[in-house]
Amino acid sequence: MSRQIVSANRLTDGLVVFRTAAGTWSERVEDARVYTAEDAEIEVAAASREATVVVGAYAVDLEEQGSAPSRLRERIRATGPTIAYGPAAVITPRRAAGA
Amino acid sequence: MYRYDEFDHQVVRERVAEFSDQVSRRLSGDLSEEQFRPLRLMNGVYLQLHAYMLRVAVPYGELTSGKMRRLAHIARVYDRGYGHFTTRQNIQFNWPKLSDIPAILKELAEVEMHAIQTSGNCIRNVTTDAFAGVAADEIEDPRPWAEVLRQWSTFHPEFTYLPRKFKIAISGGAQDRAATFFHDIGIRLVRAESGDAGFQIIVGGGMGRTPRVGRVLNGFVAKSEILSYLEAILRVYNLHGRRDNKYKARIKILVDALTLEGFRAEVDAEWQRIRGSVVEVPAEEVERIGAYFADPDWQALADNPPELAAARSRSSAFNGWVSANVMAHRVPGYAAVTVSLKPVGGIPGDATADQMDALADFADRYSLGALRVSKEQNIVLPYVRQDQLHALWQALVAEGLATANKGLISDIIACPGLDYCALANARSIPLAQMISERFSDIARQHDIGEVTLNISGCINACGHHHVGNIGILGVDKRGEESYQLVLGGDATQTAAIGDIAGPGFTAEGVVDAIETVIGVYLAQRQNGEPFIDTYRRIGLTPFKEAINAAR
Ligand code: SF4
Repeated sequence: MSRQIVSANRLTDGLVVFRTAAGTWSERVEDARVYTAEDAEIEVAAASREATVVVGAYAVDLEEQGSAPSRLRERIRATGPTIAYGPAAVITPRRAAGA
Repeated sequence: MYRYDEFDHQVVRERVAEFSDQVSRRLSGDLSEEQFRPLRLMNGVYLQLHAYMLRVAVPYGELTSGKMRRLAHIARVYDRGYGHFTTRQNIQFNWPKLSDIPAILKELAEVEMHAIQTSGNCIRNVTTDAFAGVAADEIEDPRPWAEVLRQWSTFHPEFTYLPRKFKIAISGGAQDRAATFFHDIGIRLVRAESGDAGFQIIVGGGMGRTPRVGRVLNGFVAKSEILSYLEAILRVYNLHGRRDNKYKARIKILVDALTLEGFRAEVDAEWQRIRGSVVEVPAEEVERIGAYFADPDWQALADNPPELAAARSRSSAFNGWVSANVMAHRVPGYAAVTVSLKPVGGIPGDATADQMDALADFADRYSLGALRVSKEQNIVLPYVRQDQLHALWQALVAEGLATANKGLISDIIACPGLDYCALANARSIPLAQMISERFSDIARQHDIGEVTLNISGCINACGHHHVGNIGILGVDKRGEESYQLVLGGDATQTAAIGDIAGPGFTAEGVVDAIETVIGVYLAQRQNGEPFIDTYRRIGLTPFKEAINAAR
């Protein structure tokens, strides 16, 4: 029996959000409510009526065990880029030079 | 560089006002997402895997220190402190809020920048050689023509809804540094026997799922007739290009379908109708635009000043950097410097706001305030005095921007891949980082010599893997990442699409395979020939056999 969570991008800032048990949206995948495929479909339809809140709601398959999305794309989408970026990723001058 | 006239300013201001209004109507719910999506795309705003992405145009890659500082400011205030320079000489911000985008566009407009022609099925931002106007091998400076094309193509009413996006590159060098054979239209400045300069027109090149080397449609078009000729090509494409299938909509497919001769006949027929008409660019206009690209006041200097020679013999690190990253300049005593955005273990093309500010300062101090974005995702300082190279290098070292790897194996071109891109199959960035770590020894890189390495996270080929001497394509293998290795591609005038050397690699596996490929090259290399020459001489088989034996 496939288990799903419902995700979208928040309209104002585009960030990835997940549908919670309270019917709100959270940036944390841990807060996502788990649905059956049937219920997820209903929830996606409901989300599409929240056009000033979120964009592009859809259901995400979870791994058979555990609470992580099954596809790599969805895991990366849920937790962010897999690399350090921006000021946190600055390479020290010595390393940059390959010394 | 080109400065906006009142008309340009007004056009950009109006566009900002219009889009600001559209954003607020979207936020209030007056516009649905379906209505808003094409509008945001027309203004460079995409929705990516994690957030919105704003692509800002850097027409033909030219920046001033003032513009670079503004980009740094935007990165710091509205984004997460960095930006990403792309293979089309643009910059992308990965985390802007939709509600901030009107403010960002306003800030950009103040420094004559915008996001027009960075998305949608229009003629995209024209690209050129990052060394335009300074390269020693140049026939003529292509930038005035790039600007003519920008003005012609921006909001061209007939070509705003083409069957698909349309990319034009123009190059002025004997060496093609703008990949003209891989654009919808490639334009090369050439000299006729009469001594006149004109344009060679290449059509139907491209990458993606159907890679094609462009073909010469016309060997010489006079400068005064360039716009009617391009207009004729675009009209034939606009009329016959397939709008029913996105995968068959690019001009390369039309050229295949009609054959080159058939396509040429259609273009010539249309050209005869409009040749010499009002569509041509008036000579005064070319002259007016050309004046914006006039030479700076060069000092009378000699090549190889004694201080440069002394510094090179004192420091092997400086010497290595000069040999890789400093290019001959057409003016004696000057040099064109590439600042690598590919440090060992770094993200190709990324620069932090602080680095952008530092680059702007270095441009002011050492390069008459000028910078360029290269299609290799590096920054070029085009007007550096040779006797100041050492001082510039020391300043770059302090900022971690002195990686001496231009054109070497760690000067990797990579698309954002699955870490950012909603269309991706596999990650590109971690793979680029692994490769640059594996080959981190800079002395070894210099020994391997010139080789291009390109990574794309899917068949859309934004990382130009088809034309890397070594190319890597990310594919989806039952929900997991897998990589295909391609060898022998070439983006220059000796254009070639790479051959598949092997599918089904893991990320680690592909790094090992590259190591094997380099081993074969070093064993087979004759007389210091670069990788691509060895590949052409011995072919794919020895590489493939070695890869399979090591697997
Ligand atoms: S090549 Fe594919 S993965 Fe890479 S940026 Fe382009 S669309 Fe995204």
